[in-house]
Amino acid sequence: MRFQPTEDQRALRRGVRELLEARCGRDVLRARGARIDRALWRELGRAGFFSLRLPEAEGGAGLGLPEAALVFEEAGRVLLPGPLVATHLAAGAVPGAADGTAVVTRADGGLVPWLEEADVVLGDASGAVPVTSVDPLTPLHRVPSGPPGEPEPAAVLLTAAEQLGSAGRTLATAVRYAKEREQFGRPIGAFQAVKHLCAGMLVRTELARAAVYAAAVTADPVEIAGAKLLADEAAVQGARDCLQVHGGMGFTWEAEVHLHLKRAWVRAELGLPAARAEEALAAAL
Amino acid sequence: MDLTYTEEEEAFRAGLRHWLKAALPALPPRPPPGDWPARRAHDSAWQRALYDAGYADVHWDASPTRRLIFLEETERAGAPYVGANFVGLLHAGPTIAAEGTPGQRARWLPPILRGDEIWCQGFSEPDAGSDLASLRTRAVRDGDCYVVTGAKVWTSHAEIADWCELLVRTDPQAPRHRGITWLAMPMDAPGVTVRPLRTLAGSAEFAEVFLDEVRVPVANRVGEENDGWRVTMVTLSFERGTAFAGEVVACRRTLAELARTARENGRWDDTALRRRLGRLNAEFGALWRLTQWNVAEAEATGGVPGTGGSVFKLRYSEARQELYDTAAAVLGPDALDLSRAWTRDRLSSLSYTIAAGTSQIQRNIVAERILGLPKER
Repeated sequence: MRFQPTEDQRALRRGVRELLEARCGRDVLRARGARIDRALWRELGRAGFFSLRLPEAEGGAGLGLPEAALVFEEAGRVLLPGPLVATHLAAGAVPGAADGTAVVTRADGGLVPWLEEADVVLGDASGAVPVTSVDPLTPLHRVPSGPPGEPEPAAVLLTAAEQLGSAGRTLATAVRYAKEREQFGRPIGAFQAVKHLCAGMLVRTELARAAVYAAAVTADPVEIAGAKLLADEAAVQGARDCLQVHGGMGFTWEAEVHLHLKRAWVRAELGLPAARAEEALAAAL
Repeated sequence: MDLTYTEEEEAFRAGLRHWLKAALPALPPRPPPGDWPARRAHDSAWQRALYDAGYADVHWDASPTRRLIFLEETERAGAPYVGANFVGLLHAGPTIAAEGTPGQRARWLPPILRGDEIWCQGFSEPDAGSDLASLRTRAVRDGDCYVVTGAKVWTSHAEIADWCELLVRTDPQAPRHRGITWLAMPMDAPGVTVRPLRTLAGSAEFAEVFLDEVRVPVANRVGEENDGWRVTMVTLSFERGTAFAGEVVACRRTLAELARTARENGRWDDTALRRRLGRLNAEFGALWRLTQWNVAEAEATGGVPGTGGSVFKLRYSEARQELYDTAAAVLGPDALDLSRAWTRDRLSSLSYTIAAGTSQIQRNIVAERILGLPKER
């Protein structure tokens, strides 16, 4: 049993991280706002972001859900905007999705992200009304029709992977700040109260990581529901704790923290919200 | 990333499963807590059976993955865990194996593996629990003996133990973490007094141990004089490593029983309660995956468990307490009936966030050693 990323998987993660860190700085994201950067979208397409799991004969890389999870974790880490999961899942089925020339979103009842920016909308979005989105980097519409459908397990898993990446980033941000920021003549990270906030963030992130990676390997729907539940918790609570570590600075628009929290709230609602995940996990007992 | 086991590992699992199926029906039920001599006999007999079958040393020599499979299969089969042999098998044994001389290994390891000798742990003191480095029990060299005076507390199995892995201060002038020495002390030595302590569960599971000029041969020292802290860290890395892995399997079994009970007694219709059970399913599933992750990491880096064990212990101890609180909500008034195993287990679980380093100390370890935050002092 080698439940650790292989050398190839590590290399893939490094490559994606370098690409995204170079292209998704915070100033770039803020300037773009709720618009898709088409050039970046095509660049993601060229890098194989959407076609990763397509067979090589169809122009993909022939990789699996574990690799996709690692890539989406990196996307979550840098707050990469756009309907990434829907476009990834549409690769091979919707022309232009695989190479990043088309932006695809999905309406399955409830909330639809990026409806106006998308070239293709899957599902029934009739009667959709705009919502003033809490996340300034994710435009939302609400669809009045019935209850949301059964989400595809892969979509839930990849959303959980984005949450994991966000949790990892807010943890690193909080730890860095706790080492730099001095109060009472010492770095605030020397105070046990701050230490314990950071330790809690790590514990939630590591548990979510084990859950997300294992669910990516097994692709078991119940395990995926558990991974989403724990990754949602790690991302939402991690962002809140990061905000708390930053004190008054954390409550400002300038700090990056609120963007992670707001995106984590949106992702927690998409795919498989907590109540439905818990019901699925209970039914499996 | 892979979650399948090798053919060799699966063969080990199949052999163990086959053996457990034959061996377990012959094992009498475990005597109740409090009857320590009977418990010792029971647990030692089981250890002897493991020894005769070739499984006794699985905690020491086997690969971490084999240890995981061993814990998974014994727990799944409902076989007893290490019980009275806990300290010998999981602490003292691995420490002596790693740090002892050939003579020490030959003297102490075989009786531990055969279940012939029981060990207890003399680490904690009334003024040195989680702050272990402040321990004060003194050992003064006199010829070829150390003369030990002081007191230990929270010592499990002290009444039935043959040996104690004892931490003593040999240099009071040295900084706290230096000047500590690791000794193997015979529990029948003159000057050793054991006084059982009653836990909140009502049973005497641990004891105070008073040491009044106890003479311990210098030959019983494991590691160098004043180097006991480093030796102890080797011990604790085992304690926090995979020692709890099997209990996650037990928790998953317990959770399934609880869901069955809730379906039978009507509490399943309570949405909030049902969702709590669902969340616990996610918790214990992920804790099992985290164990596999930590073991795979340990295997890749040479076998000694890392600080990942602290991450696991923090979440596990809280999840297990939440399991019993949820059980109380499912069982209703029955949860107050002390004759039920559930109720006794619930009381025992209150120790999980305290024993083997409190959750607060574990958070400090995580923050300082993994995240690199500055020390408090």
